[in-house]
Amino acid sequence: MIWLTWRQFRAQSIAAAAALVATAVALGLTGAHVAHLYAASGAAACHGGGCAAATARFLAVVNAGLGDHLPLLFGTAMIAIPVILGTFWGAPLVARELETRTGLLVWNQSVSRTRWLAIKLGLVGLAVMAVAGLLSLMVTWAASPIDRVNMNWLQPAVFSERGVVPVGYATFAFALAVTAGMLIRRTVPAMAVTLTVFTAIQFAMRALRAHLIAPLHSIAPIQGVNGMVVSVRPGGTGSLTVYPAGSTLPGAWTYSAQTVNAAGHVVRTVPLTATGSLSVRSCGGPEGTSVTCIDALVRHGYRQLVTYQPASRFWEFQWYETAIFVALACALAGLCCWWIRRRVS
Amino acid sequence: MTDVLEAGGLGKRYRRRWALSDCALRVPAGRVAGLVGPNGAGKTTLLHLATGLTAPTAGSITVLGDRPASSPAQQGRVGFVAQDAPAYASLSVADHLRLGAHLNPGWDASLATRRIRELEIDPGQKAGRLSGGQRAQLALTMAIAKRPELLILDEPAASLDPLARREFLAHLAEAVAEQQLSVVLSSHLLADLERVCDYLIVLVASQVRIAGDVEHLLATHYRLTGPRRCGPAASWPAGWHVVSESSAERQTTLLVRTSSPIDNPAWTIEAVSLEDLVLAYMSKSLAGDRRGHDLEVTR
Repeated sequence: MIWLTWRQFRAQSIAAAAALVATAVALGLTGAHVAHLYAASGAAACHGGGCAAATARFLAVVNAGLGDHLPLLFGTAMIAIPVILGTFWGAPLVARELETRTGLLVWNQSVSRTRWLAIKLGLVGLAVMAVAGLLSLMVTWAASPIDRVNMNWLQPAVFSERGVVPVGYATFAFALAVTAGMLIRRTVPAMAVTLTVFTAIQFAMRALRAHLIAPLHSIAPIQGVNGMVVSVRPGGTGSLTVYPAGSTLPGAWTYSAQTVNAAGHVVRTVPLTATGSLSVRSCGGPEGTSVTCIDALVRHGYRQLVTYQPASRFWEFQWYETAIFVALACALAGLCCWWIRRRVS
Repeated sequence: MTDVLEAGGLGKRYRRRWALSDCALRVPAGRVAGLVGPNGAGKTTLLHLATGLTAPTAGSITVLGDRPASSPAQQGRVGFVAQDAPAYASLSVADHLRLGAHLNPGWDASLATRRIRELEIDPGQKAGRLSGGQRAQLALTMAIAKRPELLILDEPAASLDPLARREFLAHLAEAVAEQQLSVVLSSHLLADLERVCDYLIVLVASQVRIAGDVEHLLATHYRLTGPRRCGPAASWPAGWHVVSESSAERQTTLLVRTSSPIDNPAWTIEAVSLEDLVLAYMSKSLAGDRRGHDLEVTR
């Protein structure tokens, strides 16, 4: 059975190996180049507070030189290849045996259909996981200087292209494709269905991810704002709506930032007097600037309530999400094993 | 005598359509049994049920005393050649034999390679490039080399040219003689059945119309021609089972099954060919079905 799986899978695995090598070369060259820029900009050697200039220099050259190239390369390596691999290896696994009627040949040998499927699922599934894992390792390495500077691991676009989640995605795409192929009994429609369903689930997962772990809340000084709106009432008073910028913790994923008053209650708007330090004039008038206004807010005891996930939870999120996708894949594999025994002929 | 295949109340439904319903059937061991019937009679479904490719919706089926495909060992005891003899187009003939060797503990490698050599098939040839006859032979080789006790073939020769067909059936007969296999073979090519089968089952609309030893069937069926009888439904002598009856202006032709000799000189007696016999049973059922339909309409 192992021999047969390998024999049927040989051409595909050689093609996959070639794609893997080509991607590895591209990633290797890019990674080396990024590492060189990182060292040359001085960002690699600097520690502590005075790094802003060096890291800014580094990001500027990376953006200028590789700005278009990197998202494409990482996206291809981390999303396209594993998912397409899973789809192209998974969909024909059973569907092709039905389309070409070779199932009638192979399912009449002295091997049960369940065992036949279990071995195929296991071996090809492991190959999918291995390819996705290798690619993720290379991307994570190549992007590491940039990630260290940006510290944006928890941003959706970055999160799903690093660490172990790509292995979960690929495994799930593979199991989904096998299931679709078995139920639809045709390879090409099964591929289309797989890609559609996978994309939908990927979007759903982005929404769900925020709820996987309960976020932290912290009351912190207002250190910046995304925007302020002043509305003026007759008589010179008014109100101020503040949109605090959120956590200043490096790499944190901010869900929301609300303004709280000195008593610690969330307030939608801050009342403004006609004159004084926190007034329509200081915050909204021609001479008012956001800096003086924020200073005034801080002096009056206004702070921000930040709901966020710290960057340190990156791996926690990674394992949770990977576990969810692998568990879904296992459930689909179980369904396949049951279905092939009972329903496929 | 033991039965290699036994079915009772057997039914298979695909979504809302019954491909086979309430089928009762026995195939004795040591025979080459031909399963004939019109398209849609349920032959392929029956054979798929017998190999365990499909599970029955109703009733039961036993093959070699066990539920089909109940274990890998049971699967090893039954060889199967599916309709059109599917094979992996991108695998070579040698790969197919290797597949058989890997997947069957009872695989007879020397038998397989000898057969392929005798058939003058190039082992390096991809199965997708074989002729229809060669592919059927490859499928037969794979089915035989696992050393089954029962060989099931679904329209094995239907798509072959006459020469390839004759060759295929000759090889089949040879293998049966060598290995003492029981065979169940479906076909709608009556000439093929005449060549290899010694047991006949006529299946129409899931029902067995007649089953029995070919020689015995031929010895107990007669074609009778005599003067046309007038009046209401004729009453035939006791012991006659009239399979078909057709009347021309002056005379009536009957196909009769009886075990007693016919001594009425009014009838001209002729022997029946297997083809006549099968067609008579197949068209009889057709007439029967039509009558049922008419009844429904008048009601």
